[in-house]
Amino acid sequence: MEYKMSRSLRSNLITYGIVVLFFVVCEILIATHILSYSLQGQLVPICAYVCMAISLNLVVGISGELSLGHAGFMSIGAFSGVVAAALVGGVAGNEPAILVISMLVGGLLAGVMGFLISIPVMRLHGDYLAIVTLAFGEIIKNILNNLYVGMDESGLHFSMNSESSLHMSQAGKVLLAGPKGAVGVNTIASFIVGILLVLFCLFVALNLINSRSGRAILAVRDNRIAAEACGINSMKYRMMAFVVSAVLAGMAGALYGLNYSSFIPSKFDFNNSIMVLVFVVLGGIGNIRGGMIAAAVLTVLPEALRFLSTYRMLIYSVVLIAVMLISNNEQARMVLRRFKNHFKKSRKKKVAPQVAVAGAGAASAKEDGAND
Amino acid sequence: MQFLSTLINGLSLGSIYAVIALGYTMVYGIARMLNFAHGDIIMVGAYICFFMMGLFGLPPLLAVLISIVGCTLLGIVIERLAYKPLRNAPSLDVLITAIGVSYFLENGALLLFGSNPKVFKSVVPFGPLQIGSLTIKSTALVSIVVCAIVAVALTLFTQRGKMGKAMRAVSEDKGAAQLMGINVNKTISLTFAIGSGLAAVAGVLLCSSYPTLYYMTGSMPGIKAFIAAVIGGIGSIPGAFLGGLILGVIEMFARTYVSTKFTDAIVFGVLIIVLLVRPAGLLGKPVNEKV
Amino acid sequence: MTKEEKQVVSAPESQQSGIKARRVNTKMVPLPSTSIVPERDLGKEPILECRHLGIDFGGLHAVEDFDIAVGRTEIAGLIGPNGAGKTTIFNLLTKVYQPTRGTILLDGQDLNNMSVPKVNQSGIARTFQNIRLFSNLSVEDNVRIGLHNQVKCSMLNGIFRTPQFFKSEKAFHKRALELLDVFDMADLAQVSAGSLPYGAQRRLEIVRALATEPKLLLLDEPAAGMNPSETSDLMDSILKIRDEFQIAIMLIEHDMDLVMGICEGIAVLNYGKIIAKGTPEEIQNNPEVIEAYLGAQADASAEKEA
Repeated sequence: MEYKMSRSLRSNLITYGIVVLFFVVCEILIATHILSYSLQGQLVPICAYVCMAISLNLVVGISGELSLGHAGFMSIGAFSGVVAAALVGGVAGNEPAILVISMLVGGLLAGVMGFLISIPVMRLHGDYLAIVTLAFGEIIKNILNNLYVGMDESGLHFSMNSESSLHMSQAGKVLLAGPKGAVGVNTIASFIVGILLVLFCLFVALNLINSRSGRAILAVRDNRIAAEACGINSMKYRMMAFVVSAVLAGMAGALYGLNYSSFIPSKFDFNNSIMVLVFVVLGGIGNIRGGMIAAAVLTVLPEALRFLSTYRMLIYSVVLIAVMLISNNEQARMVLRRFKNHFKKSRKKKVAPQVAVAGAGAASAKEDGAND
Repeated sequence: MQFLSTLINGLSLGSIYAVIALGYTMVYGIARMLNFAHGDIIMVGAYICFFMMGLFGLPPLLAVLISIVGCTLLGIVIERLAYKPLRNAPSLDVLITAIGVSYFLENGALLLFGSNPKVFKSVVPFGPLQIGSLTIKSTALVSIVVCAIVAVALTLFTQRGKMGKAMRAVSEDKGAAQLMGINVNKTISLTFAIGSGLAAVAGVLLCSSYPTLYYMTGSMPGIKAFIAAVIGGIGSIPGAFLGGLILGVIEMFARTYVSTKFTDAIVFGVLIIVLLVRPAGLLGKPVNEKV
Repeated sequence: MTKEEKQVVSAPESQQSGIKARRVNTKMVPLPSTSIVPERDLGKEPILECRHLGIDFGGLHAVEDFDIAVGRTEIAGLIGPNGAGKTTIFNLLTKVYQPTRGTILLDGQDLNNMSVPKVNQSGIARTFQNIRLFSNLSVEDNVRIGLHNQVKCSMLNGIFRTPQFFKSEKAFHKRALELLDVFDMADLAQVSAGSLPYGAQRRLEIVRALATEPKLLLLDEPAAGMNPSETSDLMDSILKIRDEFQIAIMLIEHDMDLVMGICEGIAVLNYGKIIAKGTPEEIQNNPEVIEAYLGAQADASAEKEA
């Protein structure tokens, strides 16, 4: 027990440490004017996408379900966050406080939506489930593309038709303008709050995994039938992972939205969902830290590769295919393993007993699956 | 009258979806992969046809044939280079690779042909058909006829042909098919080839009806056709036809009678409802895990 | 009865039959309804009672008229040739399959309309023929998952690490190690379950099932793939579990030494129907059973080899 606790605890502390280190390094680079202005502008989006990667990892890696519509939750968070910020902004003046409230609102709304969506979604399995999440992502985009929200002294006005049908007073301000998206946003998102959100997402995800509920989620992922035979309600725990993930995605969305003076619903389309999925897969499915790093690197990479202009997406696609081919190539894997072993040799002290004999027996057990 | 013309337009759009959906469904049935690059092969097919007709002034039929051959080869090459090495890889890795291929095709087209949409000249040489007060667009008619021909040909091929039987065997049980002496790799290649060839046909039909051609042309119809394949029961060839036609008709009716703005939401909503009632699609076989 | 007494009782028997019998020499008495139960369980309601249980797959009657009663502390055996429907019965009892006909009463409670997890919470735990461990997780975590409904801690308590969380984790840890101790596996607690040797995986599955605090434990071929000495240890363990936890155990097994050695009541299944019920002695001498296993012309002496 002590051994295990300390091992997972150490791993978690390293993950938190990386985030803090990243923050300190960036602050130093900003203070010394080494970080270019355009890269500075990427810091909040990096935080948002790191949170998205953590969020999606809960569904794809920990719960083992493929979600292809996660950008939908991000967009709910972004748009509701903008509205919330405008509402609260009139009352409170403190920017970080408004930001935090907006993120909470975004997370809450995305969570509610995630719960509603998960009721039908979790009745399905495998690829069918993935396709339905894709469909929900597109539906959310479609609705937000036609949603108009305005605010005047009498409160919020909603419409699904046009700006003019909002019927606002002279002083009214349009917040969401259908396909034009959020307009005139007060950009209050800051790097420090972004980092705090990343730490919060990590806290939620890592603590969830190492708890009774997390074990149940993992059990359902590994073997649904066995988990149910252990008295675990698989539906409940699949939904739990999905909803928690939606909440985190919503908070990330609010952070992301409040970083831009305007953004459109189509920003959060299928390709955006896929982009986050790529972070998760490249970082190693279920590996929270890996997903985080992949998200940070791949968010900043297009910006850093701007000099390649039109070629960069082409290069990106080739790299994507190449990474998948190499990581699934037996020879490449062997080389990688040898390298890893070499690296880890000094750290291996405690080898668990009886492990070496196991391989053959376990393998034959799987093949003996013939039924009665 | 509006009802009838909407129905015909819907069937026409549905026929195009059906032909695209076939590519998704056949590949899924045999390789258990969601080939997200399929939609972009449509775009490539349309571009080939466009340039054959525009630059070289070839007759439409010849241009279409060249486009089919080109896409078939493209499909085989993609399968050989990107998917074949991943035969035993985790399905998410294959999915990401397919998305990589999709990005590659889209951005390759963007680089080669620019971002300005091209106006695709219909390949159908005759004008609209007039029956009483009902006008049927020639492209609509051709789409439906082509879809019917493909349906008959493909059914004959899979039910009677030796390679077709091999395809069905591989999709049923790869291991057992191999033991029966079927060349699984060749069969999978063939499936990709047929799917891609059909994608070229669909691309030409699509652009004849909706003549804007640019690098993202295949993206949305690709996703919609994919949805159609799932509605019909992914892996089932008759299901792809059924799903495509249903989706096309629903989309047209939603656009005409309900709301042009929420057409997409309605289409995707239909998918969700169908899957809730039949979790494996209309004609799909539910798979029960053995305990 | 103490352990020594048990061995004394069974010693001469094992010499006679060539079977290492460890069975408590209980008298089995007929039950008014469907079956026989050990004399010591008389006067108490049977833990499991099935009446006319059956399921159809398509047109095939996979199981028909399965009537059985299992005493509260009985070790019952379910045997029969391959494809007789034994695992299907387990799947019916745990509601992995919904029965087409009949009722299942667990401790008097009707299991109709219950889901798989609900059945487990009502008191039936099982192991699987093709081992279903959470092989990526540690041995201890596997047991902790079995303890899921025994120790409570809500999601928010877990995420925000409240004192309730630490208390529950302590309880999880303590109970998991206690249970692993039943099979002397406590020192393997941190090993990943998938890397255990085959026999240990089967034992871990039993521990995990026990963790759910069942009243009835279903073991699907617990000795499959084990060598004779492992099987012999397993027999001791099964008896120990029954005595310590005071639960009923029903097992499917092809190893006749194990079945005849520890089962008190046995039901023989063929083509989805019970062809014989009774004590091991009765089953061994039942001509129908011998025929089902060996074909018509085989004589009784060959039965041991089955």
